[in-house]
Amino acid sequence: MALETQDIRARSATTVESAPNARSFRPEVAKLIDLSRCIGCKACQAACMEWNDLREEVGTFQGTYTNPLNLSDQSWTVMKFNETEVDGSLAWFIFKDGCLHCADPGCLKACPAPGAVVRYANGIVDFQQDNCIGCGYCITGCPFDIPRIRKEDGRVYKCTLCSDRVSVGLEPACIKSCPTQALTFGSQDEMKELAAHRLVDLRERGLSKAAIYDPPGVGGTHVFFVLPHGDRSETYGLPRDPSVGPVVTFWRSGVARALGVAAMFGVLVAGVLHYMRYGPLEVPDEADGKSGKEAQP
Amino acid sequence: MKRDEDVVLPDGKILRHDNSERIVHWLIAIAFLFLFFSGLALFSPFFFWTSAIFGGGQFMRVLHPFAGVLLVLLFYPYAWKIRKDNQWTPADAKWVEHSVAYMKKKVEFSDTGKYNAGQKLMYWSMVPIIAILFLTGITMWQPWFANAFPAPLRRVTSLLHAVSAFVMFIGIGIHWYAAYWTRGSIRAMVRGTVTKAWARFHHPAWFRQITGGKDR
Repeated sequence: MALETQDIRARSATTVESAPNARSFRPEVAKLIDLSRCIGCKACQAACMEWNDLREEVGTFQGTYTNPLNLSDQSWTVMKFNETEVDGSLAWFIFKDGCLHCADPGCLKACPAPGAVVRYANGIVDFQQDNCIGCGYCITGCPFDIPRIRKEDGRVYKCTLCSDRVSVGLEPACIKSCPTQALTFGSQDEMKELAAHRLVDLRERGLSKAAIYDPPGVGGTHVFFVLPHGDRSETYGLPRDPSVGPVVTFWRSGVARALGVAAMFGVLVAGVLHYMRYGPLEVPDEADGKSGKEAQP
Repeated sequence: MKRDEDVVLPDGKILRHDNSERIVHWLIAIAFLFLFFSGLALFSPFFFWTSAIFGGGQFMRVLHPFAGVLLVLLFYPYAWKIRKDNQWTPADAKWVEHSVAYMKKKVEFSDTGKYNAGQKLMYWSMVPIIAILFLTGITMWQPWFANAFPAPLRRVTSLLHAVSAFVMFIGIGIHWYAAYWTRGSIRAMVRGTVTKAWARFHHPAWFRQITGGKDR
């Protein structure tokens, strides 16, 4: 949502990269998701629906606690109950799915509609649905498969990190609802510090593979994780080494655009120059005076 | 090879493109322009203003794929109809070899059929390019089909779509210029007819075919 109190630092589909940035003191925020503390209560999922006025269609039991099965335009965060094995016995790799708010967002890079995807000074990546044209390029560009198109209105939706709440000094709704402090919110620096503490703690408790998931391939994220089993990020549903990737980067790059535009104008200029130099190709007999009659329909 | 439309009319003109061929050709041209300007807005923010022609970005995004389907439905029957006149011949290789001299108006060809090698190259580039644009376009068609394809595939098809669109634009750009440069061509596609002199000069083999081997 458009908020005047949020400084927009990056805007999709702009011809000039630099955004207004005179107010430079604003600290970047972050949400830390410590999955070692998560009990899968889904309070965050309910709070998200409640604050954002979302109502997922009631589904049917699919043999898993995950419900709904995936993100949608009505479910901006979903608790995933990944069943796996640890040391030969069943384990739940519970995971809170949702937007990671990348510093270098693939959605923003891919978007062709000016201002439909923005990144605020505080690091939140937000969709402006009134500018969205529904092409779905953000879905193509996202390395985490987060944005969801709503068929009813042809717009794309995802977690806003409660940008409306954050802009007035509140924490996101999911944070407020979490009973175990698996979710914490604050400045990015504070959260990184906290994550480091939690990591030390986990390792002391014997989880030697515990790790922080803050992928550098997308410039770091404003939602990052403490993973108890850091060597198995994919089991949680997090790609091992995510990045926007060369194909999307080239497809939406200034270089590709410049090449395309240059090719277009190249054809135009070549045509004009050729005509100036050689003139029209006429049937020889007509060139000496009778051409006017021939050239007209 | 000789078909109904390639006949000498009572007024001495030669019918080169019959009514249906011309109508379909111009419908294809309109569909192309529609696709080109709407695609341009999606390609670069420098051209996003072209979305205003289509009633805004949302509606443009809705219309673009339908225009693409229309182009496919118009183009392939048309291409099928003129396929025989676009078969590659040894004479065409000679044309390509001397194409630069041709562009400089320094060489004439005595064995050019209904379409010259340049036109055939246009034909044979558009046949696959439009198919590629159609197939990659399906993988990008929101909200109906795109989400059935995995994102890594869509990244590649999206790039391919953009690249193919530019190949198509360059092809059509050359086609437009060649039509303008070769006096009488636009009339042939607007009114359908050409003069005997025009046919004899630009497409001598085709002319001989129509007149039954006569050179005059």
